[in-house]
Amino acid sequence: MVTRLKQQYGSGIREASTYLGQAYMVVESSIIYELLQVLRDQEEFDYCVDVTALHYPQREKQFDVIWILYSFPRNERIRVKTMIADGESLPSSTAIWGTANWLEREVFDMFGIKFDGHPDLKRILLPDGWKGHPLRKDYGIIQQDNEWVQINLGIESGQ
Amino acid sequence: MTDATKYLSHLELGEPDQTFLDSNELIINMGPQHPATHGVLRVILKLDGEKVLGTECVIGYLHRGVEKIAEHRTYTMFNPYVDRMDYVAAVSNGLGYCEAVEKLMNVEAPPRANYIRVILTELNRLASHMLWLGTHALDIGAMTPLFYTFRDREEILKIFEKYCGARLTTHAFRIGGCQYETYEGFERDVKNFLAFVPPKIDEYEELLTTNRIWLERTRGVGVISGKDCIALGVTGPVLRASGVKWDLRKAKPYAAYSDFDFEVPTGQNGDTYDRYLVRMREMRQSLRIIEQAVGKIPEGPIMAKIPKVLKPPVGEIYHSIEAPKGELGYFVVSDGSTQPYRVRVRPPSFVNLQALDVMVRGALIADVIAVIGTLDIVLGEVDR
Amino acid sequence: MLDYIQGYLSSNVTPGQAGNVFWATVYILIVFGAISVAVMAMNWLERKALAHFQIRLGPMRVGPHGLLQPIADAIKLLTKEDIIPSGADKFVFWIAPLIILCAAFTVYIVVPFGPTHAITDLNIGILFMLGVASLSVLGVVMAGWASNSHYPLIGALRSSAQMVSYEVAMGMAVVSAILMTSLHGLGMYGVAANSTGTGTLSMIDIVKAQQEQHVWFFFKFFPLGLVAFGIFAIAMVAETNRAPFDLPEAESELTAGFHTEYSGLRWSLFMLGEYAAMIAVSSIAVTLWLGGWMRPFPHTLGGETWDLVFSLFPGLTFIGLAAIAFIGVVRMPKHPYFKIQTAGLAGFGVALGLIGLILFVPPVRDRIQDIYWFAAKVAVFMYLYIWYRATWPRYRFDQLMKVGWKVLLPIAIGVLILTAIMGVLL
Repeated sequence: MVTRLKQQYGSGIREASTYLGQAYMVVESSIIYELLQVLRDQEEFDYCVDVTALHYPQREKQFDVIWILYSFPRNERIRVKTMIADGESLPSSTAIWGTANWLEREVFDMFGIKFDGHPDLKRILLPDGWKGHPLRKDYGIIQQDNEWVQINLGIESGQ
Repeated sequence: MTDATKYLSHLELGEPDQTFLDSNELIINMGPQHPATHGVLRVILKLDGEKVLGTECVIGYLHRGVEKIAEHRTYTMFNPYVDRMDYVAAVSNGLGYCEAVEKLMNVEAPPRANYIRVILTELNRLASHMLWLGTHALDIGAMTPLFYTFRDREEILKIFEKYCGARLTTHAFRIGGCQYETYEGFERDVKNFLAFVPPKIDEYEELLTTNRIWLERTRGVGVISGKDCIALGVTGPVLRASGVKWDLRKAKPYAAYSDFDFEVPTGQNGDTYDRYLVRMREMRQSLRIIEQAVGKIPEGPIMAKIPKVLKPPVGEIYHSIEAPKGELGYFVVSDGSTQPYRVRVRPPSFVNLQALDVMVRGALIADVIAVIGTLDIVLGEVDR
Repeated sequence: MLDYIQGYLSSNVTPGQAGNVFWATVYILIVFGAISVAVMAMNWLERKALAHFQIRLGPMRVGPHGLLQPIADAIKLLTKEDIIPSGADKFVFWIAPLIILCAAFTVYIVVPFGPTHAITDLNIGILFMLGVASLSVLGVVMAGWASNSHYPLIGALRSSAQMVSYEVAMGMAVVSAILMTSLHGLGMYGVAANSTGTGTLSMIDIVKAQQEQHVWFFFKFFPLGLVAFGIFAIAMVAETNRAPFDLPEAESELTAGFHTEYSGLRWSLFMLGEYAAMIAVSSIAVTLWLGGWMRPFPHTLGGETWDLVFSLFPGLTFIGLAAIAFIGVVRMPKHPYFKIQTAGLAGFGVALGLIGLILFVPPVRDRIQDIYWFAAKVAVFMYLYIWYRATWPRYRFDQLMKVGWKVLLPIAIGVLILTAIMGVLL
């Protein structure tokens, strides 16, 4: 499978390997949508388990966005990872898997990564007007949007 | 694109029409304080009379930032936190986390620990399903099963309490195995429970399975096809009731599940009644697993050889287990330090809840309640 | 004075018919008080019985076995803050519970607790009852509308649709019972000579017709009477918004339906009205099909001896209750903490026993047994209400309508037609 995909996309797939028995591939963000589409249609990865992200503030491309896919016919899992910089956006995979809707919203909520073409990209767990994206490494663990708390809850601080 | 995905576009919920009696649409806010939303789920319903035109879920009222906390705790310290997500199936949560970190460290729990884990996890599955049954029946208007299921769930909690001192958020397992040896009489208690419960499950079924009103309320309600389930990532009993025979315990066996003989019950119609039947049969299958496990708990250590301070090598791992609600996954990333770089929880309730809209469009208000019940969500897990 | 009372009690007409304002007032007060007490007792019984269905204990703290719980609840509700939503239509909001309450209590004017134990006897009694009882739907709609809130509105709409629909089937079933008053026919256990009834709508005469025809309409034209009764029994549950037809106040869907926004005293008026209505419709069922105040087996077990035996029942019931209370006293924990409770229960038992003894005295015994049998039959229905609630899930709105219009109504019309045919043929 990997060789087939590598032939198709060449250097777009930077790395494809396994770690502790789990397959993963790192791809360029430019081909991510196409690749995900191919993975679902041709490689039968019909179930999007999870969409999540990682933040590496030291890196130039700060974010890893990870799709965890599963194939019912093959009983296999694969992680597709791509890297983007802060402020960049990715194509939304909502049209490929309906699951991605809320999962991408959560990634947006927690990391501030935008997904183009998402039907309803807004915060999901935090309130709509909240400032900041908590799962970024530069967001402190007791940090909060004091302004929001004061306006909406009428208390000095939520701590 | 499957049929399901097209529903997921945003509901256009503007300001409600001031002269709403003249218009046909009524926007009604169900929750976050409502008797049947199982916690603090808020569903905005767009209604035409009693008919549901669309829904939008507003969640996050119980958000505690579990994933953020994980980054500031050591691996061991974070272990109790996972119990607080799906608090009715805390043991399953713990199992998933411990196994994920074990995998990351490349250690394996000893067989005895695995057997204890299986027994407790299956007991927890029973407890979770019992709680689901009681609340689901209560939502549909049958009050009595709630009390019966709570009575019987109590027996499970008693075993947990004797084993690890806690009843709900048990923190029963540790990374590398189990902290506690089984107590004196553990096997006897479990065996007593195995004899005690089947007649009780018969009792629930007697109250509901062939009850005319129950049938009318659940048959053909909240139908979702297997195809839509997969497209929406719905897992667990909901997926199985739609005819997809998939259970992580069989597909990717973990702990000691490959040692046991059990069936994966499935339904055909994907309606609320089938989900009910699937869960009822799952309860009996869990009993089968426990029965096999308790008879042959191997001797040996209960803790693998792991260092005092856990420092998994740099890397990432995704490990998932079949929680009572569906696929519960942990994506753990290590940077080589004592604290995880990131722990991502893939919560089954969160993903399953997404299917609510697809399941209730065109149905009546009463069906929304039935479907929320049948999805078996726990808001602690949805919001984390 | 005593002579006057005795003279009055032995007369054969109800105070309303006699035009006796004094006695009518006394009767009204007695009925109002008795129904209120019955509602409180029912409240306690429901919580207790439901609790025992559900392996709970129910109220246990206020008084022995929670016997004083209804009183505590009443005090709580009376002293609770009465909240009126700011957007509510105040006048309508205020008057809605009163309408329900009035509708529920007015029907008792014609309920025959005995041959003369009714406030009055209208010649259109049953019509009056159905008419006034259906007024409560107005109160429900007004409550839902005035609250200016979505849940009560949906509850009120559900309620109006439901009550109107089930009244149709209910009316048909009632008509077939009324038809039976004017028809001959084979009873389950024989027919008396010259058992020609005269058609009547008067509640008292309906029971008298059953007396004369020597059959409860429940058994008449078997199984027609039974089916009509069954339809009524289902429709009356729907009519009073009780499980499994409690959609207007479906807790898990509409939080509390039409009375979501009510609190305190006003809310308690709704409850009072609901329970009073339950007793009222049960009385209709008892009057029409179960022989009203007649004792069981009035003809097969006739004769003076049997009369005597059956007339001892009221006293025996109270003595039995007293005995239960005394068993409770004996089983009460022997601890100073329970002193007052034990004494209270003992006092309660003594009171019950004394009532029982009084009920054994011949004149009282003869007068009270009609009321006793009537109340006993109604109590069976009350128990059934609780039993339904403990057993069944709730219907969905469309299914409820389906049952009302597509099942109950055709059957009721069929029964009506068959009853007419049977009456002519036999």
